[in-house]
Amino acid sequence: MSTVTFRIFRFDPERDATGRYQDYQLALEPGITLLNCLNKIKWEQDATLTFRMSCGSAICGSCAMRVNGHSLLACKTQASPLVKDGVIQIDPLGNANIIRDLAVDLEPFWASIRKVKPWLMPDSADNPEKERLQTPEQYLKIDNSTTCIMCAACWSDCNALEVNKKFVGPAALAKAQRFIHDTRDAKRVERLEEISEANGVWNCTHCGECSTRCPTEAKPLGRIEEIREAAMAAGVHDNNGARHVLGFRETVGKRGLLDENYVPVRSVGFFNIPALLDLLPVGIRMFIRRKNPPVIPHSIEKVEEVRKIFSRFEELRKE
Amino acid sequence: MFSHDVLIVGSGLAGLRAALELVGSLDVAVMTKVYPSRSHSGAAQGGVAAALSNVDKEDSVEAHTFDTVKGGDYLGDQDAVEIMCSDAPHAIFEMEKFGCPFSRTDENKIAQRAFGGHSFPRACYAADRTGHALLHTLFEQSMKNGGKLHIYSEWYMLRLIVEDGVCRGVVAMDIKTGRMEVFHARTVLFATGGYGRAFKITSNAYANTGDGITAAYRAGIPLMDMEFVQYHPTGLYQHGILLSEAARGEGGYLLNADGERFMSKYAPKKMELGPRDIVSRSEQTEINEGRGTGPKKDYVLLDLRHLGREKILERLPQIYHLAKDFIGVDALTDPVPIQPTAHYSMGGIPADNDCQVYMDEKGNHVRGFFAAGECSCISVHGANRLGTNSLLDALVFGRRAGKKMLQATHDTPWSPVNEKRELDAARRDVHELLHTSAREDMNTIREELKTTMTNQVGVYRIGEEMEKANGKIKELQARFKDVRVDDKRENFNTNLIEALELSHMLEYSELIVAGALARKESRGAHARTDFPTRDDENFLAHTMAFKNKEGGYELRYKPVKITRFKPEERKY
Ligand SMILES: Cc1cc2nc3c(=O)[nH]c(=O)nc-3n(C[C@H](O)[C@H](O)[C@H](O)COP(=O)(O)OP(=O)(O)OC[C@H]3O[C@@H](n4cnc5c(N)ncnc54)[C@H](O)[C@@H]3O)c2cc1C
Ligand code: SF4
Ligand code: SF4
Ligand code: FES
Repeated sequence: MSTVTFRIFRFDPERDATGRYQDYQLALEPGITLLNCLNKIKWEQDATLTFRMSCGSAICGSCAMRVNGHSLLACKTQASPLVKDGVIQIDPLGNANIIRDLAVDLEPFWASIRKVKPWLMPDSADNPEKERLQTPEQYLKIDNSTTCIMCAACWSDCNALEVNKKFVGPAALAKAQRFIHDTRDAKRVERLEEISEANGVWNCTHCGECSTRCPTEAKPLGRIEEIREAAMAAGVHDNNGARHVLGFRETVGKRGLLDENYVPVRSVGFFNIPALLDLLPVGIRMFIRRKNPPVIPHSIEKVEEVRKIFSRFEELRKE
Repeated sequence: MFSHDVLIVGSGLAGLRAALELVGSLDVAVMTKVYPSRSHSGAAQGGVAAALSNVDKEDSVEAHTFDTVKGGDYLGDQDAVEIMCSDAPHAIFEMEKFGCPFSRTDENKIAQRAFGGHSFPRACYAADRTGHALLHTLFEQSMKNGGKLHIYSEWYMLRLIVEDGVCRGVVAMDIKTGRMEVFHARTVLFATGGYGRAFKITSNAYANTGDGITAAYRAGIPLMDMEFVQYHPTGLYQHGILLSEAARGEGGYLLNADGERFMSKYAPKKMELGPRDIVSRSEQTEINEGRGTGPKKDYVLLDLRHLGREKILERLPQIYHLAKDFIGVDALTDPVPIQPTAHYSMGGIPADNDCQVYMDEKGNHVRGFFAAGECSCISVHGANRLGTNSLLDALVFGRRAGKKMLQATHDTPWSPVNEKRELDAARRDVHELLHTSAREDMNTIREELKTTMTNQVGVYRIGEEMEKANGKIKELQARFKDVRVDDKRENFNTNLIEALELSHMLEYSELIVAGALARKESRGAHARTDFPTRDDENFLAHTMAFKNKEGGYELRYKPVKITRFKPEERKY
């Protein structure tokens, strides 16, 4: 058995001015999970070490934490592959305030879930004595998102949240997908409209961290894409995100090139003067750093090829 | 002091279902030591029973009732069983109405599969995360009622307040801050779940430490049938983590070291789909007689390989991942090591068919106090619960509790509560724990308790060994008085919570052993090698354990309600 250093973040806002790391040494038994290591440390070395756990079997979502910089579930993770140069570093979840050590305040996370009205809104006429029918295929459309265990691992590592605390976040979006694609729900379009508003589904930057960190099949980025597709298909276009996509399609599809000046303007809307003014500083900064796109868009060599791909794609989409 | 008309402690299936029945009409609060979605109900995998006849037209409420009575080895109260099985289809349709994502049949109805001890495929399921799907659906409904329902998450109930036979509320602590408060209520429901954590090998969450039953017991309420702890046949070797019975429902085999499907010896007709007590004992017999697998010959194998990749990944994905992540076995290519694991608590707080708690064996009630779900003993499961009947129990009796409380709360005046006295008592308990002589190590005491319970009060029981267990528990209780709680802080003190939980385990374990020692017969999950047969003449009765003034206990018995089915020998 090799002895490993557990470098664990300690912080009690009621007493400490700043956080610090504390090292614990533990001999790793073969096959031991990270949660069992933490429990051994707590039970045998330092009872004041604080973290959450409950089921111990990867279903309750309590034991999410950051290990070597990324979030995971401690109970379902084998410890030995996590060792880097003899050390496993453990921090509390990101994008959250710390209550004590590894326990963070989850209220903003729960609030974000509540924002998407996460309950079925069936047709009021639909008051069955028996079950409503749903095909196995229809069920499979919500199968992934319903595996979410609300562990907030995705929330912790989301890049969009890091810069914008108002972003509803990946777990809430995965939850929203579950109702948008549930054939028993009657508020699909209303849901799509709400979720397409600012700080909703279009604020995700597509970094994919949420899906990488997600310990279940909920994999939020995939669900986000499903919502976006549904919104475009349902004609929910009156928002920045959808306009961005349409702008993209117009410039690439029609002109075979990406007009980087057109897309942002199209996104906020041509007549949305305040939003256009908001864009101005960004434009100026880009100009100063010489990162602005050329005023006259590049033309590309194989314009025809691009157009062909695009129209074929449009055809496929219609089918 | 906080006041609510109704206080529900526990936010699993039973607690949340009850809350939905009450919200809107009364001021309702739900308290939970975790967050609602983290309650242990979420861990249930296999399914929830109801005679919907979606897969086999022949199924009926009557068949379900009979299977349950027989499965419980005739210790279940038959009137209660009948209520549960008759309400079952309604309970499921209602959950479907709330949006529960059930797996579907080719006819687009709720899918159903076979489960041990059930004579028809009647387990409604959502892949192999049925409890998760149901719990999250109820959580969603509680968010829908957000403004009206107060949820106190991460609050720890410390004491139940009962005075002169009337329940007045609880004392609880905000885990995040350590602040203690009296929760004053006209009616209180306990839905605090099971007590399997007192065992070393267990499928139960760390949180399943019997807080509710112990609080009730300390407040003078007897506990019923505590000796009946169910073992589940397929716990992941050394972890106890559950591999759902759905694995066998879908056709998984059990094999011993010789590669033999040993169930042919014990339940030739039902094979792997015999009820849990029988399958667990069969496994233990194989292990005890030297046909176990592995270097220590202490486990058997669950073989899924013949089901094929597609079926395993589609119907049993959670099982596949559990085996892979926790012990590194790929169920597609290798059989999975398993052993019996402590799983379900048939005993608990005695209650009638409307979940009103009894204060004695004669049928007198504690006014304003209700219990539902796994912490209760309405005795629908008798001596052995059939798989998928307990989610059903939680849904059916959660709803019934809510309905009854709706009326009862209106009829119940506010009884005064002495806030200072109750808070002082709770503070004193905590203070004592924090300021012991600190000679004893908590982890050691807990480990010794758990090993004792698994080894000496496990699948097979024998008088002599249980006497030793009894002595050991008494010793551990004494040592606990000097236990060390190093963390002295107020905020998020999980060390203190663990100490409180251990005090519960030490208290109720004694009752498990007491009930088991006194019950000189074998019935359902309670299998004594020194009394191998069922003895209806003397023990067709519920055990009631009362706390006496000296701090010890006293056992009394209460007759079983038999309505339609006369006890007969169980054969599968
Ligand atoms: C691994 C596993 C698989 C299972 N599979 C199935 C299955 O397939 N089918 C089936 O029918 N049954 C199954 N069961 C059994 C079933 O899941 C449980 O019996 C049922 O969910 C219990 O629900 P409950 O509402 O009574 O309690 P729980 O869901 O356990 O909830 C208890 C609640 O009480 C709260 N609580 C406890 N103590 C305190 C305290 N001191 N202060 C505040 N709050 C407190 C907890 O926080 C929690 O919210 C399974 C059980 C396990 C362990
Ligand atoms: S893909 Fe989107 S939601 Fe997911 S982590 Fe990245 S920014 Fe956040
Ligand atoms: S989406 Fe995945 S990572 Fe996010 S809360 Fe749900 S289970 Fe956790
Ligand atoms: S402890 Fe429940 S998910 Fe890890």
